[in-house]
Amino acid sequence: MGDLGYIAPELILLIGGLFIFCLDLAYDPGVGKKSGLSYMALSALFLTAALVAAVLQLNISDPEAGPKVAYSMMTIDNFGSFIKVTIFSGMILTTIAGGRYMNRRSGNQGEFWTFFLMVSLAMSIAASANNLVLIYLAIEFLSITSYMLAGFLRENRRSNEAGLKYFLYGSIASAVMLYGISLLYGATGSLYLHDIAASFSEILGDSTEVSGLAFAALPAMLLILAGLGFKASLAPFYQWAPDTYDGSPTPVATYLSTASKAAAFAVLARFFIVAMASFEFNWVPVLAAFSIITMTMGNLAALRQSSVKRMIAYSSVAQAGYILMGLVAVTSSSPSAMDGLNGVLLYLFAYLFTNVGAFLVVMALEETVDSTHISAYRGLIMRAPWLAVMFTVFLLSLTGIPLTGGFFGKFYVFGAAIQRQYFWLAGIGMINAGIAAFYYLRVVREMFFTSEGEGETLEVPMALQTSLLICTVVTVWIGVYPSAVLDWVSNASVQLLSVVP
Amino acid sequence: MESLDSVILTILLFWPLVSALLVILLGRSDSLIKKGSIWASLLPLGLSIYLLFAYDSDSGGMQFEQFAQWIPQLNAGYHLGVDGLSLPLIFLTTLLSTLSLYYSAGVINERVKEYFFLMHLLEFSMIGVFLALDYVLFYVFWEISLVPMYFLIGIWGGENRGYAATKFFIYTLVGSVAMLLAILGVYFATGTFDIVEAAAAQPFAGNLTLASLAFWGFFLGFAFKVPSFPFHTWLPDAHTEAPTAGSVILAGVLLKLGAYGMLRIMLPSFPEASVYWATWIVGLGAIAIVYGAFVCVAQTDLKRLIAYSSVSHMGYVMLGIGAAAAVMTPDALAGAVNRFGLSAQAIQDSAAMALNGAALQMFNHGIITGALFFLVGIIYERAHTRDLSRFGGLATKTPHFYGLMLTAAFASLGLPGLAGFWAELFTFRGAFAIMPYWAAFGTIGIVITAVYILYRIIQNVFLGEYDPSKLSHWTTVKGEHADGPTDMVGFEKVTMWPLIAAMFLIGIYPTPLVSYFNQSARELLAFVQSLV
Repeated sequence: MGDLGYIAPELILLIGGLFIFCLDLAYDPGVGKKSGLSYMALSALFLTAALVAAVLQLNISDPEAGPKVAYSMMTIDNFGSFIKVTIFSGMILTTIAGGRYMNRRSGNQGEFWTFFLMVSLAMSIAASANNLVLIYLAIEFLSITSYMLAGFLRENRRSNEAGLKYFLYGSIASAVMLYGISLLYGATGSLYLHDIAASFSEILGDSTEVSGLAFAALPAMLLILAGLGFKASLAPFYQWAPDTYDGSPTPVATYLSTASKAAAFAVLARFFIVAMASFEFNWVPVLAAFSIITMTMGNLAALRQSSVKRMIAYSSVAQAGYILMGLVAVTSSSPSAMDGLNGVLLYLFAYLFTNVGAFLVVMALEETVDSTHISAYRGLIMRAPWLAVMFTVFLLSLTGIPLTGGFFGKFYVFGAAIQRQYFWLAGIGMINAGIAAFYYLRVVREMFFTSEGEGETLEVPMALQTSLLICTVVTVWIGVYPSAVLDWVSNASVQLLSVVP
Repeated sequence: MESLDSVILTILLFWPLVSALLVILLGRSDSLIKKGSIWASLLPLGLSIYLLFAYDSDSGGMQFEQFAQWIPQLNAGYHLGVDGLSLPLIFLTTLLSTLSLYYSAGVINERVKEYFFLMHLLEFSMIGVFLALDYVLFYVFWEISLVPMYFLIGIWGGENRGYAATKFFIYTLVGSVAMLLAILGVYFATGTFDIVEAAAAQPFAGNLTLASLAFWGFFLGFAFKVPSFPFHTWLPDAHTEAPTAGSVILAGVLLKLGAYGMLRIMLPSFPEASVYWATWIVGLGAIAIVYGAFVCVAQTDLKRLIAYSSVSHMGYVMLGIGAAAAVMTPDALAGAVNRFGLSAQAIQDSAAMALNGAALQMFNHGIITGALFFLVGIIYERAHTRDLSRFGGLATKTPHFYGLMLTAAFASLGLPGLAGFWAELFTFRGAFAIMPYWAAFGTIGIVITAVYILYRIIQNVFLGEYDPSKLSHWTTVKGEHADGPTDMVGFEKVTMWPLIAAMFLIGIYPTPLVSYFNQSARELLAFVQSLV
């Protein structure tokens, strides 16, 4: 199989997307027909196949043997495979849960699920790309498909607004990023991450004096960070996120705030750790500042929201700040059990299941009472007890309460920050955890602290319930027994850190 | 019994969790849930009594230890054990849990399934904190104890319950996260999450700045829970709004978690920082004693009064802990010998006495304040108000209630012959030899305590002429209309008498209880002295 085998997940998604696209030409089910769901089922099937392929790669690649390279531009390592497993899991859960939601709102099922597979493909490529042009193309591919998915409900003004806003911000962000890439190319003469690293370490030598072409590194880094920060919704590039999450169809908002973010963090980590290794003294303070601003802004804005969907949107901005904290505290030399990169990966994994779950609860309420306002959650425990309990698990996980995955995520990123002795960063994270608890608890309060609505019950669709249950089980599983995930995580990060020159 | 002993702590710990799950899975009717819960809670109570007898106090130390790998990547294990400090507190936890479940079965008729589920979950987390000998495990239980209490206050609480529950949760959460950072600091300094091993490795020894940072991280976490002045502001709200059993558990056990943490973690792990900051702990404790007592005098709500009395009484615990901490290390001990002209042995005895007083106060406060909160709940079920100005002359109408309240209130102010006396005596006797001025300042609190107990509670509520016009809407405990106050009924008496009996028992013959605490106090002091 050779290189072709290494890119099996991507091939499966490409074939799946094209297959659904062709099928759509031949057969159009129309709005709201049951048969529209068959596209969803097909899409879930291909995603599952891709997931299996990624899991196999996770298991076969030996952490000692070092990463494999496919077609020179994609690195197939445990890091990329782990990110892919994370992304595909989120996409599958979203697909299963969101099928009915999309089918009731749009007739163009074939188109939607084609894009859905394509967007997964783009993220998958981004997770493995080791060449700046491929990174740029993958991010651009991801963006363009996402714009279309965000604005997919053509008759819905909010959805249109979401797509347009995303597009306007996104196109500027990618232009800026492209400029950063060209600067790096000019300075080092290469687009490959490891070549860039090698040529920088040659220019810098042993000194920490920045001289010659190395001066281009800082501006280039900032410009690329702006482009990737936009995808990961870091402050100050997050303004699009709440409006887009709020207006997009909920399945789209779900993956934008989880899988898409995971892909962006994968690229961020690969770019900074591999290509910018020599400039760690430069990017650590920059990323630390971004981390602080991101979590504080996100949390403060989330405090004032009355729409739960919007609140989770802002909260996911804040969560990106915590994840970034892990990246700040990466130790490129002598990785330890609580390395920052482990923190990033564990946090991403736990956060994915938690936040997908949270968005699915929002979707369930939209499906049953057609509202995202916090008042719709009043007395939910009386109307849909399991939904309320599961949402509580997700909210506690986002808060970082033990026995949920979110706790170990926070545990690891805080741990990494303490290990590097960034006490102030951990301290600000601590204060932010308190602020965040306030708005998460507000929803719990609405759901539980009243007996209103006793007797009514909400009929949540079966598929949605299944996805929710999986999210809950995984969230609690990571919280109770994180050992298995920790093994994958440390295999992944050891392999990425080992290639650092 | 050999085979039982090797897993007894696991059974003790997980049985309440099993009970909670059974409530959810099998709880078909309210009466089944109530009966089943009470019966189920007898097992941990029985096990904790068995442990009290089975603990070998001659050899002392950690016993019935259990260890299993949990997160090998982090070297974090499932490590349980009990010693003389945690044993009585576990007994207190299981006793108050059983009594609370029993009492709740009589008064809770709304959302019964959730209520009993949460009560079991709460017991699980509290026992877990006392058993855990691994930082991660300890932190996990510490944090999850917040969740059931949050719901108990928020769902079954009074009018302002949402506010009180959120305040409780966020205050303690911020403290806990500070503790988490300190735990991580200890981990990176010692490479282990094991509480005993980490203490033996002495994290940050010789580096007072880092040790102080970790010390204050832990202190914030524990002080919010105790609650120490000035971190106490969540407590009156939480107590006033919580349902009766919630208040009992909150005051009886949850507040002890903080003081327990100081004794289990802070003193042995950071002896130098403890000596350095001891005056602060003593000062905060003494201020809490006096300040809390004064605030009590000004209260118009009976439950709020009892809540503030907890601030005052937990101040004794802080006073005792701080005083002992001040002379823990060999250097500090030598300094104290020079200063006071006493023998080293006399000072060490005083330190041990202060620690015993603090630990005894933890236990007694759980019994006494637990009883007081039950009694407030009993009168509230009938009067539906806690406004002190609406009561008066209840002594003749409700003699049984009067008698029990009198006993508990006198125990609370430290009348000799009742439990509270010994704790106060030990604490002040111990602290006086080490920090005479702060101890003398603290004694003001005892006088003020007498004022609010005698004047605000006994005189205001019970003595004088009964005036029906003050409060016209009395009901029975079942909520039926009544012409005036009715006395306690069967299930309330059954709830109260074990606690009253314990007050007398400890008051007359405290030796068995003190010997457990003394064991671990001596071990703690010897451990710190043995460090070089």
